[in-house]
Amino acid sequence: MNAAVTPPRRHPAGLTAALFRYVLRLGDTSLVLGQRLGEWVGHAPALEEDLGLANLALDLIGQARLFLTYAGELEGRGRDEDALAYGRDAPQFANLALAEQPNGDFGSTIVRQVLLDAWQLEIYEGLASSTDTRLAAIAAKALKETRYHYRFSSGWLVRLGDGTDESHRRAQQGLESLWRFTGELFAADEVEAEISAAGIAPRLESQGQRWSARIDEVLDEATLARPAHQPYAWHGKRGVHTEHLGHLLTEMQHVSRSYPGARW
Amino acid sequence: MTQPESAAAGGDWPLFEVFIRSRSGLEHKHVGSLHAADARMAIEHARDVYTRRQEGVSLWVIRSADIIASDPEEADALFEPARDKVYRHPTFYAIPEEVKNL
Repeated sequence: MNAAVTPPRRHPAGLTAALFRYVLRLGDTSLVLGQRLGEWVGHAPALEEDLGLANLALDLIGQARLFLTYAGELEGRGRDEDALAYGRDAPQFANLALAEQPNGDFGSTIVRQVLLDAWQLEIYEGLASSTDTRLAAIAAKALKETRYHYRFSSGWLVRLGDGTDESHRRAQQGLESLWRFTGELFAADEVEAEISAAGIAPRLESQGQRWSARIDEVLDEATLARPAHQPYAWHGKRGVHTEHLGHLLTEMQHVSRSYPGARW
Repeated sequence: MTQPESAAAGGDWPLFEVFIRSRSGLEHKHVGSLHAADARMAIEHARDVYTRRQEGVSLWVIRSADIIASDPEEADALFEPARDKVYRHPTFYAIPEEVKNL
């Protein structure tokens, strides 16, 4: 190959740096949520749910691989998907804090899933027509998966919320304890502001309204009460995490850190 | 294997039979069964349990209780009479040489 021919720069350098952080946030959120769902394998309330949750987890980890590979290329320091997934500590992870929250009971897991599936629906729908063709392609693929995820999780939320007293109580409890992490979902910082200003993604705030309406609709059907707005203290996407992420990473990165460079 | 609590959760759910139409197939074929609390969950479970490897493009589920089955006790009466009627198989025709793919 002719070394003089270099591929054209697709974005100005400053924007590439912001895009790296932006893509890392998407990838890390999928990765951490996928890892959490994977913890259900062998423990779900029924064999069929075991497989169902594992399917969601595998979709999410597949998304993470595509995002992290792209992030590594944008960063340009030779880090691939594995280096990013297994070689960073919690403060370098940029996932939403909601994704790292422990599974709790099945009701809490479903609440977390509904909130994040609905978030991904908005994000991926917005990105599917992005001017960044790589992101658009990943989002288009992920969107199909996410539509199923939301069908699965929202179906369960209605079943639990509008089910027995016990299932309603647990779903509402999960909602109350996780709601404080939703403030982060659509609060744009300078990274998202730059990305939307460059026309790569829609403005986060406008997507938040649609998310909110979707959540109201499903909570209503599930006879669950939307908790009051709570100012958020966690900035997962800026690397400020709850203590839970460190434990999750310890498990996820154990083999890679114990046997660096191992192959099989 | 012991029966943990998880068996109880699925045990309350009715059984559904699952049918899949494959990409190249015209008809839905029975592939197995599963437990689900309602019809929507049955489709989701069927998708998650039986179509993970691109097995199909269409799913049917039906409550197992709604299937009307023949009685094994009556198998002799129902199926034995066909045994000695080999003439019902089209095996008594002379095939012309020219016909290759019959």
